[in-house]
Amino acid sequence: MRSRGQKAAFWLAAGLAGFFSLAPFLWFVITSLKSQGSVTAIPPTLLPEGSLHFYWSAFAGYGLLGFVLNSLLVAGLTTALTISIATLAAYALARLRLRGTGLVLGLLLAVGMFPQTSLAGPVWRILQALGWLNTYQGLVLPYVTLTLPLGVWILTTFFKELPRELEGAALIDGCNRWQALWRVILPLSAPGVFTAAILVFIYAWNEFFFALLIMSDRARQTLPVGIALFQGQYTMPWGEIAAASTVATLPLVAMVLLFQKRIVSGLSAGAIKG
Amino acid sequence: MRPAARKAASLGGERVFAWGLLAPCLFFVALFAFYPIARSMFLSLYRIILGLPRLGDPFVGLANYLRLAQDPEAMLALANTCLFVAASTLLELGLGLIIALLMDQAVRGRSLLRAALLIPWAIPTVVTSQMWRFIMSDNYGLLNLALFGGDVAAYRAWLADPFWALAAVILADVWKTSSFAGLIILAGLQTIPAELHEAARIDGAGALRRFIHVTLPALRPALALALLFRTMDAFRVFDLVFVMTQGGPGNATNVLQFYGYQKMFAEGFLGYGAAVAVLVFALVMAVSLVYLVFFRRALFREAA
Repeated sequence: MRSRGQKAAFWLAAGLAGFFSLAPFLWFVITSLKSQGSVTAIPPTLLPEGSLHFYWSAFAGYGLLGFVLNSLLVAGLTTALTISIATLAAYALARLRLRGTGLVLGLLLAVGMFPQTSLAGPVWRILQALGWLNTYQGLVLPYVTLTLPLGVWILTTFFKELPRELEGAALIDGCNRWQALWRVILPLSAPGVFTAAILVFIYAWNEFFFALLIMSDRARQTLPVGIALFQGQYTMPWGEIAAASTVATLPLVAMVLLFQKRIVSGLSAGAIKG
Repeated sequence: MRPAARKAASLGGERVFAWGLLAPCLFFVALFAFYPIARSMFLSLYRIILGLPRLGDPFVGLANYLRLAQDPEAMLALANTCLFVAASTLLELGLGLIIALLMDQAVRGRSLLRAALLIPWAIPTVVTSQMWRFIMSDNYGLLNLALFGGDVAAYRAWLADPFWALAAVILADVWKTSSFAGLIILAGLQTIPAELHEAARIDGAGALRRFIHVTLPALRPALALALLFRTMDAFRVFDLVFVMTQGGPGNATNVLQFYGYQKMFAEGFLGYGAAVAVLVFALVMAVSLVYLVFFRRALFREAA
């Protein structure tokens, strides 16, 4: 940007884009900090009293803590499993001589596009037969399947960028193939693994459809289902919904602020370099 | 062993090792993605009604699909889905381009700006939905306050109006995912060599002409990719509709995935619901094939 006018135009556009990105959610945060009376004030008031009443009420009266713990468990387990499985697969796809690599990557890409309803019925039946409806493993297993395409694509891109000679050197040094992967490649791929893990975690934390289907027991529901089904006795409990939404979103905001660079590179690696 | 034989053995060992590493991944994908989709296609050829087991589950051929074509609710859901896909992807591509250009500028505070623009993408869709539902609510909504101030009599129930309810669902999607389109386009922007811009500048091209003649043509692959990803995803819209409108008012915001979900899990029409689900699947696959043919050159130049 050369001229002062261009700079002013840039900051005007950036300011507007930033405002529209953040204002709607800030309004929810503000709502969560209001008192019972001012949430239902007509017309709405702009400033909150700074009351934590709705947080207390959401935790004590609506089981928010349970949703948080369920989400942490499900998203955490999904991330651990997906990343382990995807690391092995991506290593094979990126660095071993293998026929059908393109086919496997293409099939995975297609899986990422399957509509949830077209999987829902049969998946539900499988889980019912296993007795795994309303269990953590019953939700984690479909999540692993749905996040594998993302994980494998990102990690394959990452593995392809490591120098070709690494395993050769390791094999000459007397490592077997497994050791070459475990001792040489994996330590070097920590950044790629971490990037994939962030994106998988966000996906699992946010997923709604399968969680709604599989977890009908209120005690097992994750945050998105919990928040979607918040019901008051007579009116919508907007204050509590806003508080629970803020609790569900703050970890993600923190992740975006801390790992923005990785998220940007991970999403564009998965997309562009494929 | 002779060297050639040893090499062949090691290559064989490498193949076995590779397939062994791939096996867990393929197992999951086969069990929880390919088997269910095949099974759904199979079920869509049967009449299966939960709660009426006396009828048996007769094979009915394509009857579910014929019924689908004559079902006004399903056709409305199809039309709504197409409208949603067209409007949201076009808006997201346009806004995504702007977001990408903003994110690409080398200014102080760039990473903060990038993070701010990325936050809507990270927010759970359910939260996005509740948030917009609250903003557009009749009495407590921020939108009414912004438009009408204290004039309470003028406040409108936006989500109770067929047109505005669909517009609201589209708006919520655009708000949430424009930055994702922006990221793909940003990656495309970063592949444009700076010399191209420099050469155009030396030739006396202004900023607008450089954008039209240098940036846009070079962005074609990234734009095609963003369009592909966003379209595929938009066809699967569910969360927003479930939380914001439940398909209403009337069926004004009902979309195929929500309709299929209702048929299968609320009403127990497993066969018919499966036919709806297979229709969504076929649409997504057909559109992605059309895109791949149309944008083959753009997309594959990118891959190379």
